[in-house]
Amino acid sequence: MGGRKLSPDEKLDVREILRDLEHYRPRRRGWTWREKLPPGTTLGPFEYKETSRPLERSVPLPAAKYFGGIDPQPEMVVTTEIASGRFEDDIRRMRMAAWHGADHIMVIRTTGQSHFDGLIEGTPEGVGGVPITRKQVRATRKALDLIEDEVGRPINFHSYVSGVAGPEIAVLFAEEGMNGAHQDPQYNVLYRNVNMYRSFVDAAVAKTLMQWAGMAQIDGAHNANATAREAWKVMPELMVQHAINCAYSVKVGMVRENICLSTVPPTAPPAPEMRLDLPYAVALRRLFAGYRFRAQMNTKYIESSTREATVTHTLNLMLSRFTSADIQSTITPDEGRNVPWHYNNIAALDTAKQVLVGLDGLRNMVHLDESPDGELEKKARAITERAVLFLEEMLDVGGYFEAVRRGFFVDSGMYPERNGDGIARDPDGGVAAGTIVPRDPDYMAPVCAHFGENHLPEGVDVERPCELIGGCTLCNPDKIVYVDELDPTDNVEVRLAATFEAGPRDVVYPEVEWAADRIVTMTMFWPLDEARAEAAALETARRLGLEEPKAIHKEVMHPAEGTLVEVKCKVPFGIDLAGLKIPEEQATLSPDEIRGFVKDRGIKVVAATVGQDEHSVGLREILDIKHGGIEGFGIECHYLGTSCPVEKLVNAAIEVGADAILISTIITHADVHRMNMKKLADLCVEKGIRDRVLLVAGGTQVTWDIAVGSGMDAGFGRGTHGIDVASFLVRALHERGAVGAGAAR
Amino acid sequence: MTTRPDDFQARRRHLADMSDEELARYFWELADRVVEPLVDLARTHTSPSIERSVLLRMGFSSLEAKAIVDKCVEKGLLGKGAGHVVWKLANARGMSVREAGVALAGGEMWDDVASLFGTGR
Repeated sequence: MGGRKLSPDEKLDVREILRDLEHYRPRRRGWTWREKLPPGTTLGPFEYKETSRPLERSVPLPAAKYFGGIDPQPEMVVTTEIASGRFEDDIRRMRMAAWHGADHIMVIRTTGQSHFDGLIEGTPEGVGGVPITRKQVRATRKALDLIEDEVGRPINFHSYVSGVAGPEIAVLFAEEGMNGAHQDPQYNVLYRNVNMYRSFVDAAVAKTLMQWAGMAQIDGAHNANATAREAWKVMPELMVQHAINCAYSVKVGMVRENICLSTVPPTAPPAPEMRLDLPYAVALRRLFAGYRFRAQMNTKYIESSTREATVTHTLNLMLSRFTSADIQSTITPDEGRNVPWHYNNIAALDTAKQVLVGLDGLRNMVHLDESPDGELEKKARAITERAVLFLEEMLDVGGYFEAVRRGFFVDSGMYPERNGDGIARDPDGGVAAGTIVPRDPDYMAPVCAHFGENHLPEGVDVERPCELIGGCTLCNPDKIVYVDELDPTDNVEVRLAATFEAGPRDVVYPEVEWAADRIVTMTMFWPLDEARAEAAALETARRLGLEEPKAIHKEVMHPAEGTLVEVKCKVPFGIDLAGLKIPEEQATLSPDEIRGFVKDRGIKVVAATVGQDEHSVGLREILDIKHGGIEGFGIECHYLGTSCPVEKLVNAAIEVGADAILISTIITHADVHRMNMKKLADLCVEKGIRDRVLLVAGGTQVTWDIAVGSGMDAGFGRGTHGIDVASFLVRALHERGAVGAGAAR
Repeated sequence: MTTRPDDFQARRRHLADMSDEELARYFWELADRVVEPLVDLARTHTSPSIERSVLLRMGFSSLEAKAIVDKCVEKGLLGKGAGHVVWKLANARGMSVREAGVALAGGEMWDDVASLFGTGR
């Protein structure tokens, strides 16, 4: 039913996902935490204190290549939010995200769905998210089943049970195996202006369904951070909002283990972030012991600088490590400037993994100062007291609804200070006002997982009301009615034909969000003031023939000396794969082949870093036996040290009868690396040995083409190993030997 | 709400002597008191979305559920429960639940429903 297994070198087939969808059933229900490994678990050369079972397939951090390719996974569930508006594009991004460590995929809903009174069906395109429909949920869950098998770890799928159709969406999610959801009636009231009575009445049924399905619930308190003018002042209120949703959830039957507080460090630098946010984080975790914590990253203060966002998020991750988090959510570093792009989801996930793994076991060495008179404890206590006073006053004025009417919430004053700018709502107003009705004395609902008064006929088991109707969809999924598409023009089939399947199959376009969106970015520094730098950057894009250029980030280096500009634009063409030239990567010879050749014939080389270059590490790695260098194959190496004059190298080569000269050149200032290569080649010609010695250049900025273009026989860049150089030498000498022998005959 | 200066020091006096544990306990007592009336409201009320969610669970499509609930609202029957309406009609007329619901979604048999619940037209 799940379809063919994914192969890492094949693309996800959207058609395959959509095939036979009406018969798909989710393989499990409920939330899955990571499989934590005991402290002291080793991975590669290291011991970890806070880690979970590694993935079977993944992309490790870039530096992992220095540590045997290990990819330690933190013990927390890690979230990515995906919301391009088209699920067929989203599922490809989910696969990339899973390979980078995401096991909680949160799908943002399309703008306006919270005011849609009912379920949406089919796969219409969304704005800032996707319309959450049965088909969309089912197709995505099916894709995630394939993806989780590929990476070897369960993936939690998540969306929103909010708005005026909460109970219906909760049924849909329970039926379709959704693993987690946002559910918080306060969110509807404050930010979506849904009628407050309706919102709480609906929430009780929605929560009961979520509990039945074992879903994790995440509340909506973090939105106060993003909305309040001075986010750090809403901390007491945040505690109150968390408490209302937690207490309400428990009273309608949810278990604490499934109730997650969505908490965001409210501030960001240049505020002294840690000293403001840490006491709050500590106080919150104490007060809500027994509940789960979903640590979200700050969005409020993200601007267009992805660098700045990444640093703020790194501090947020430190806070998670200093306190705790059960779920670590990530915010893409480009969220301040556009709907997130593919690779920025990955950037955020890698940031989380990098920081969490880097801070592994930190609390074994670093403790928070919990002395009663310390700044931390004093602040934590004060925030809690302020929250208590908030609740007291709510009760004094007549309870929750009256407090909302009076604008208690999202006021920018640190409670009990009030600035009079809170969000006030009329209890009898808002979307869907006047729609709740009292349950009559004979009210009855013949289904499972229902909340509230339910006057079942005598003799019906209250645990299984659906016996009355021969089973509900929760007990018998065969009863679920699958609606495919309702709109013949706005659906996945039409989009697939226009994007993935448009034009010749082997013409490919770059993309950041949607298939064939053709967007690329360019980063430019202009020695100009901001306004003129932007104009110059846009003009550059236009002259390059790129379409719709737009500056997405500007940063002044100095008011007069220059400005950094990032420009996004569209590439007006696709690339025909048939016409692409892919440089053939030559496989290395086996160590035995190399050793055999060297034993028979011997190879001598002279080597040095040339010019005024003292960077010897790279060359030593290529040469030294202990670094896996070419000495290890029996090659005789004469190392002449650093900053060696080219003349000295050539003379040494003549003296020892070297087969090759190896130079390393790191410095590229004023093209000095090319000059050195040319000088070496010319001198060899002058001395009459050019046809007898192989010339090899290496360095971080050296490429094969640069080296050969500068008179070398070979060039090796970053990431080269001894075996690469040895393989080249053996092949080249073998070739020359053959030619030489032929000529002699 | 009107503006108010930060009078925290004055307001907190009765909390000052509480231990952290007492303060936490008090916090949760207050929170429980805030949500109790909300839970009672939910226990005794229903909404169009709740009733559509019942019909979904009974095996009706979202389109059918919407049509039935809209009619229930129109006829003042939502307080009986939309699932109840369908179930009662099926029972009384010897139809399957599915058949009864599809008929109601198509706008049929609402007079039968009215007489079954004694609500008239």
